[in-house]
Amino acid sequence: MEEPFLEVRKIKKLFPGVVALSGVDLWVNAGEVVALIGENGAGKSTLMKILAGVQPADEGELLVDGKVVRFAHVQDAQKAGIALIHQELNLADNLTVAANMFLGREPGKFGWIDQGAIGREAKRVLEVVGLEVSPDTLLSELTLGKQQLVEIAKALSTEAKVIIMDEPTSSLSMSESERLFDVIRELRESGVSVIYISHRLGEVKELADRVVVFRDGENAGMLERDEVDHDAMVRMMVGRDVSQFYQRTEHELGEVALSVRGLRTEEHPSNELGFEVRAGEVVGVAGLVGAGRSEMLSALFGARPALSGEVSVGGREGLPRSPREALERGLALVPEDRKGQGIILDMAVKENMSLASLRHAARGPFVNVSKEEELVAEMTAALSVKTPGSWQLLRFLSGGNQQKIVLAKWLALKPKVLLLDEPTRGIDIGAKEEIYLLMERFASEGMAVLFVSSEMEEIMGMADRTLVMHEGRITGELARENFSEESIMELATGGNVNEAE
Amino acid sequence: MKKIKGILITLIVIYVATAFLGENFLGGYNQGKLLERTGLYGLLGIGVAFVIITGGIDLSIGSVVCLVGCGVPWLVMKQDWSPEAAVMMAIVVSMCIGLWHGFLITKLKLQPFVVTLCSLLIYRGATRGLAEDQSQGFGGDYEAFRSWGTEAISVTSKFGIPYPFVILIVVAAIAWVFLNKTIWGRYLIALGNNEEAARLSGINTDRMVILSYVICSMLAALGGLLFILNGNSAQPSDFGNFYELYAIAAAVLGGCSLRGGEGTIVGVVIGTAVMQLLKNMINLVDWLKSHMEFLIVGVVLLVAVIADEIIKQRVRRQR
Repeated sequence: MEEPFLEVRKIKKLFPGVVALSGVDLWVNAGEVVALIGENGAGKSTLMKILAGVQPADEGELLVDGKVVRFAHVQDAQKAGIALIHQELNLADNLTVAANMFLGREPGKFGWIDQGAIGREAKRVLEVVGLEVSPDTLLSELTLGKQQLVEIAKALSTEAKVIIMDEPTSSLSMSESERLFDVIRELRESGVSVIYISHRLGEVKELADRVVVFRDGENAGMLERDEVDHDAMVRMMVGRDVSQFYQRTEHELGEVALSVRGLRTEEHPSNELGFEVRAGEVVGVAGLVGAGRSEMLSALFGARPALSGEVSVGGREGLPRSPREALERGLALVPEDRKGQGIILDMAVKENMSLASLRHAARGPFVNVSKEEELVAEMTAALSVKTPGSWQLLRFLSGGNQQKIVLAKWLALKPKVLLLDEPTRGIDIGAKEEIYLLMERFASEGMAVLFVSSEMEEIMGMADRTLVMHEGRITGELARENFSEESIMELATGGNVNEAE
Repeated sequence: MKKIKGILITLIVIYVATAFLGENFLGGYNQGKLLERTGLYGLLGIGVAFVIITGGIDLSIGSVVCLVGCGVPWLVMKQDWSPEAAVMMAIVVSMCIGLWHGFLITKLKLQPFVVTLCSLLIYRGATRGLAEDQSQGFGGDYEAFRSWGTEAISVTSKFGIPYPFVILIVVAAIAWVFLNKTIWGRYLIALGNNEEAARLSGINTDRMVILSYVICSMLAALGGLLFILNGNSAQPSDFGNFYELYAIAAAVLGGCSLRGGEGTIVGVVIGTAVMQLLKNMINLVDWLKSHMEFLIVGVVLLVAVIADEIIKQRVRRQR
């Protein structure tokens, strides 16, 4: 048997309050495409960062070509032939394609850049990835798909032998994805290995020579090419049958709780959005990154006010101009970027939980301490938040518990409509299930729930109905009985499926 | 309490050291003078602490001190206003200054550093124009008015607690209650830590930021008023020069982080006391020369900030 080119042995990584990786193994042969899958929080990204030298492992060994290596910097990993392509592209919009490819390692002497060499080399590599643009094009003039190819070209120009791609298709159209797959197949032919991280099991099935599954920072299993099938992958990722994971109950839907007509956002001013959500209903919003889903929620919540539109919450008309107005109408938003927008890392559990409802727990201008404590105790119990005490800073809690605190912050205000943006991003599988149970409970108590998710499983498992968005428009609406990965993907990439079909 | 432990120990160490090294340090006159200086500068420190907690900065404090310090005697002596009317004017003007700063920073999204840097130049320049660059003061008149800055509550024949210090304690108490016991105080700290999260929690963050600049400018005006009542002479070209830096230094010594979201009122008062104590030590200890003041203050400030950061990182690693 051949020696693997890259091998990871018993890697451990701890973060405050979370075990990100508890001793995982992975190996990649030369010219092999290994798909790494797992739910969010399974530890895939952490391992990739360790491989690329972004952060060190706490324990375990890394072997390249049979030799133990330690990466202190990204440059070390680059020299060893490992390149990481982040999910969010790390390119500078204001530079040219060629300048981006050679950023930080420009050829030349004494700080003088050899532009000619850059241009020639860039042109050569761009041809390899099949991107027909001039090296002098400004990056901002390219579509996301083409920018993605620039990233790959950049990785190739470092003479990378292993290219790690973290959800490369999350912002690509179907044809762009196909092009990427072709490039990956060509890389394989030429002996370059690819570690391919994706949530799209269809792609994984199409591309991978081998599939490695992570769950909760551990190896959950491995599938050879001929064993790869959808159900087996899901079972390994989730640890049991999905049908048990998403528990939905039948219950009566109430009145229309949220009605939106002609909503225009700043990002997509020419598109008008319209839909309704009834009390007790859970509606999913599917689509690719950049489809305008988060922008829609931000506009509804007044975080980035809409240009125009009619919004009615529980029968009250009016477009919220600020979060304050939105929450007075009975809207609540669990934002996508938890650390940046949802919580205050350096404040206590107590202070975070009461932040939105403090006005109601006040005696005149003064904080009513006993009332605040009462509320915090009630919420901590209701959402089973795990914390050593209400004084604990949020920085030291796990992602799942942080997310519960975001929910707790709103629950005290008893919202009529709960908006959630990627509600389970970056939290472990146990907490994920708890969040799903909470969403189900809120709906059964008569709340209208509207959630954006990029995880197909989550949409199909939780939603009663799904709106699918593409480039700022709602391209379709699917009832639960019509859910399928294909129908959602087709709408998400701009295809047309008539409503209620 | 944990947060001010370091600065409190620093205060005690410098105090004891000066008591041994300096002449007449423990005398009633010197102790009274120390309290008086702490009172005057402490007001500026508390003001800027509010702004720093929101993650902002106010560089115009010294110029506001100058504007009020020269403007009030100018109104009273040259324009024949009553002291009450001149004080009212100072209150209104400083409030408007704070509102203006807050408006530019929150609504036009200008950077606090730039806005208040321009203000630093504008208010001093305006004051010099207004006073025609002439020294302003009350001469021998208005003794009752001036007593607010000069009198003390007698304790012994030589030692009394100066009015400015009493005023500082009252202001500090109100500021402490505001910051720790009211919802607005909570909002200020929250938005200083994470403005976006605070805004998305339904807090009117713009209004809170504006409020912090108003508090800062008004306390600078109160400080300026007490400085002129105390000193009775103000040169528009240098009155209040660098006072914003003393205020910021005291706030940082007292545990405020310029990243926002952190700071205690008690810490700022102690930080001010440390600054004044250092100055006093330089005056009283023979082998410390007065031209070394900036050097010593700068080094102490740097050491304090480094120690604070090291302790913080250690605490974080332990958890």
